[in-house]
Amino acid sequence: MLYVLLVFSPLLGAVIAGLFGRLIGDRASQLVTCGLMGVSALASIVALVGLGEEPFKVPLFTWMAVEGFIAEWSLRIDALSVVMMFVVSCISFLIHVYSIGYMAHDASIPRFFAYLSFFTFAMLMLVTSDNLLQLYFGWEGVGVASYLLIGFWYTRPSACAAAIKAFIVNRVGDFGLALGIAATWFVFDSIQYDVIFANTAKLADTELLVFGASFDTLTLIGILLFIGAMGKSAQLGLHTWLPDAMEGPTPVSALIHAATMVTAGVFLVARFSPLYEFAPTALALVTFIGASTALFAATVGLVQNDIKRVIAYSTCSQLGYMFAAAGVGAYAAGIFHLYTHAFFKALLFLGAGSVIHAMSDEQDMRKMGGLWRKLPITYAVMWIGSLALVGFPGTAGFFSKDAIIEAAWVSPNALSGYAFWLLLLAAVLTAFYSGRLMFLTFHGDSRASREVREHVHESPPVMTVPLLILAAGAVLAGWFGLVMIAPEGEFWGGAIFTAPINTVLEEIETVPAIVKYAPLGALILGLGLAWLFYVAVPGLPDRIVAALRPVHTFLTHKWYFDELYDALFVRPAVSLGRTLWRGFDLGVIDRFGPDGVATVTLASARRAIRLQTGYVYHYAFAMLIGLVVLLSWYLFILRG
Amino acid sequence: MNAAMIDLAPALPEVFLFVAGLVLLFLGVFRERDGLSVVNPLVVLALLVAVVLTIGADKGPVLAFDGHFVFDDFAAFLKVLIYVTAALGVMMAPAYLADARMGRFEFPLLALFATLGMGMMVSANSFLALYMGLELQSLSLYVMAAFQRDSTRASEAGLKYFVLGALASGMLLYGISLVYGFTGTLSFDLLARSFLVGEGAAALPAGAVVGLVFVIAGLAFKLSAVPFHMWTPDVYEGAPTPVTAFFAAAPKVAAMGLVLRLLFQPFGDWAGQWQQVIILVSVASMILGAFAAIGQTNIKRLMAYSAIGHVGYALVGIAAGGVAGVNAVLVYMAIYVVMTLGTFACILLMRRHGRYVEGIADLAGLSRHQPGMALILGILMFSLAGIPPAAGFFGKLYVFLAAVDAGLVWLALVGVLTSVVGAYYYLRIVKIMYFDEPAEAFDTMARPELQGIAAVAAVLVAGFLLLPGPLLSSAEAAARALLP
Repeated sequence: MLYVLLVFSPLLGAVIAGLFGRLIGDRASQLVTCGLMGVSALASIVALVGLGEEPFKVPLFTWMAVEGFIAEWSLRIDALSVVMMFVVSCISFLIHVYSIGYMAHDASIPRFFAYLSFFTFAMLMLVTSDNLLQLYFGWEGVGVASYLLIGFWYTRPSACAAAIKAFIVNRVGDFGLALGIAATWFVFDSIQYDVIFANTAKLADTELLVFGASFDTLTLIGILLFIGAMGKSAQLGLHTWLPDAMEGPTPVSALIHAATMVTAGVFLVARFSPLYEFAPTALALVTFIGASTALFAATVGLVQNDIKRVIAYSTCSQLGYMFAAAGVGAYAAGIFHLYTHAFFKALLFLGAGSVIHAMSDEQDMRKMGGLWRKLPITYAVMWIGSLALVGFPGTAGFFSKDAIIEAAWVSPNALSGYAFWLLLLAAVLTAFYSGRLMFLTFHGDSRASREVREHVHESPPVMTVPLLILAAGAVLAGWFGLVMIAPEGEFWGGAIFTAPINTVLEEIETVPAIVKYAPLGALILGLGLAWLFYVAVPGLPDRIVAALRPVHTFLTHKWYFDELYDALFVRPAVSLGRTLWRGFDLGVIDRFGPDGVATVTLASARRAIRLQTGYVYHYAFAMLIGLVVLLSWYLFILRG
Repeated sequence: MNAAMIDLAPALPEVFLFVAGLVLLFLGVFRERDGLSVVNPLVVLALLVAVVLTIGADKGPVLAFDGHFVFDDFAAFLKVLIYVTAALGVMMAPAYLADARMGRFEFPLLALFATLGMGMMVSANSFLALYMGLELQSLSLYVMAAFQRDSTRASEAGLKYFVLGALASGMLLYGISLVYGFTGTLSFDLLARSFLVGEGAAALPAGAVVGLVFVIAGLAFKLSAVPFHMWTPDVYEGAPTPVTAFFAAAPKVAAMGLVLRLLFQPFGDWAGQWQQVIILVSVASMILGAFAAIGQTNIKRLMAYSAIGHVGYALVGIAAGGVAGVNAVLVYMAIYVVMTLGTFACILLMRRHGRYVEGIADLAGLSRHQPGMALILGILMFSLAGIPPAAGFFGKLYVFLAAVDAGLVWLALVGVLTSVVGAYYYLRIVKIMYFDEPAEAFDTMARPELQGIAAVAAVLVAGFLLLPGPLLSSAEAAARALLP
């Protein structure tokens, strides 16, 4: 009952606000959705506190049962799903509350809250799924909600384009996921987690024949599922939609594109740890993509000027950390980072939202500066968030990020060395861009226009209170979560599986001091450089940019991914579509189909009308000719 | 001879109509001023009495007039249909006639005599009776077509109809003479029997076949089937609208009945011989009716092509043959006359500033001014196009099903395809009524008889699905009487 309440109260809120929002008005819609979300959040806290029992299921009903193919609706309750539910419900609740203030001037408030609540429901469905089809339902549900919310301000062409881009890029990943599900069904004869996980060990080192080529079964499934995860979690190659998704309202960015939905991929990999543990090749790929993304996104984050885009690339980069952690076998560290990241990244986004709100919707950091006096609370919480992000000792990020970097050091994974150095370098860059963001936004002299400057004001309590709560979370979440990476793994109660030979978490304790303090060094180096560039010697960035022009251009163009995809996929697809449209549809189908038939019909009609001359002798002639034709037919054809 | 003269009972409705016609003629002559207003209702009454007499009569089948006249379920079904249709046609006329300043009492009487001719036609049991009935009907119709003497358009229409009708009569008579020459009899009963016995049973004499083709041609003229249809658009357009309405309904039923009896009784065993001709005529009619109607601007002319097309569909049923085919034709004709009468009632309501208009464009935006009339006409158009659940769909369905069952799949296919083309111009009227910029409103007229007929037609057409039983069962009985 607790869990049903937890999962379904957001749905109820979405239905009420979505269908009857106009009827009950803005205020009531906010109250209903926030209230029900609060119920869900409370339930998630109770669930987390009460955790410790064996994993169990809450069956709801059978979805479909077709000759051996059975898909049920049931909630899978174990440590992993409870942690995810806790993160999703609590952050979602805080963001619902924050949105009351942030969206106060919007024209369609009920719609916004309905989407938010619907998203939360779909995400909860995803994390509590007990089989792959139910996961797919939640997976697509959050995709739809993401699409709707990115395009929430649908009168802006850029928002619509971003929404479509997010949707289409995600389709690529979802296709991989769908294939993965199909392959799972093919191999395991089931899509139930229990059945799959119980049989992975047996299938290790077996081969699967696909199109004449043979693949390692588990590696193939692992890679297909990971392609799905890459799309949803914006990993290198399928990441292009995430920065554009910042077109959505800031609370959406905080909830969906930082704290919850984008981490679904990490969740998927962790959930399938019983499978990945037997697929080292797939894990190597996960490590490679994760570490590469972490560095790539951090480099691009260096040169962004839009405050939200900096945080977006930061999210992308942190997701890379999580995948790298999973890849090197430290799934628990990945989930731990997911959980801490949710707090401080949501905090950063909401803080940025508060800044944007104060600056009359200005998002360009070059036009900010010196805001710390006017926005003391925002300033304070943003620093807390940033320090947590860069892994300042004692904050949440410190524990989780260090664990990941150390795990990369000790892991036997083929690519763990690659991962270690990339992640370390990314940590330097993270510190640098976080410092840059803080210094540009809050320090120095204001570069805003006078008009904007006069309107700068701290946000109302409905926005700052959630910020403060999240700030507390950003500091304390690490301490509470330490049990997650305890070497014995008792906390997970089997929800995350590690092979007996996988001792990454134990070995973390034994890393050399130099490795232990490397992240801290990276932090000091990065923040110091940022201080040097943007506070001590303000002219330095320009000089460096001038000196390294090609590098800077490369970074500002985001490694030319968008341009590459445009040339490789978008343009050919558009021109193919155009060709089919002009050449085939208009030229063949329309010409010989509807248009052709219509033309022939009209021409026949004209000819038929012209027969009707009005002269009696023509008519009589027609009758006689008709008679002759009939007679001839009779006498010469029928009678031979 | 004496015995036959005495036994008039089978022809009682016709005898009554004849006597009533003579009496009313006298009455009309004595009531010069308001002849129409007195005679017209009485003619309607007489026709309705004939309906009652027909229903009440013994449907034996019984013969009269020395075997030239037959009365059976088949004749009864058609007579009821014809008399009711004719009565409604007469009922619709007087208001228009008065408006057009030709309110003379001869009009309903001519209609009465034409109807009497039709009654004789469907009961004809010999070529002689056939010809008599047909000519009685035709001569009356020629006069009706030219009834508006001071209009060149109407006179032209009447003259064309007369000249071409005479030609068709000539063909018919020539065909009859050939049949007589090669078989030695005019009686349908004897014809049927003479073919069955004797050595020529395997093959009809060639001369008789040629004669039959001539007869079919002459009757196809009355049905306005292609290629004997040429008079139809001109006469439909030129004749006064009540005359067109009368032309479009009852005579078609009578001619169809005549063709059915001729082909299935005396020549029933020779279906292989005439089936091809009917198919040819049917296909040509369906195609021409569908295509030529596109691009028409006059709604009466459009209805002429519509009639040609519908006759083509009905002929599909004849080509299919058997009880199912005949049944389908009878049902089709019944539904067709309902739709036609309803439509013409609507056309008779199209008057603007005291003048009757006939342009399709005049209907533009009718739904705005007269939503009721637009709805009725819309339902009728959907039915004429054969779109379910309107009755017109079922008419076509039965005919095509009969054709498919008889192995004539391609003929049914042609029918379906031409229906698609035909749907265009019917639905165009709906589109014009509902979506075009409104034209000026029509005069508001209190014409309860027209409005009533249109509304009842629309209700019957729309509600056919709910209560198809009576029509289907009586048509079935009629078909079984024809094909014992």
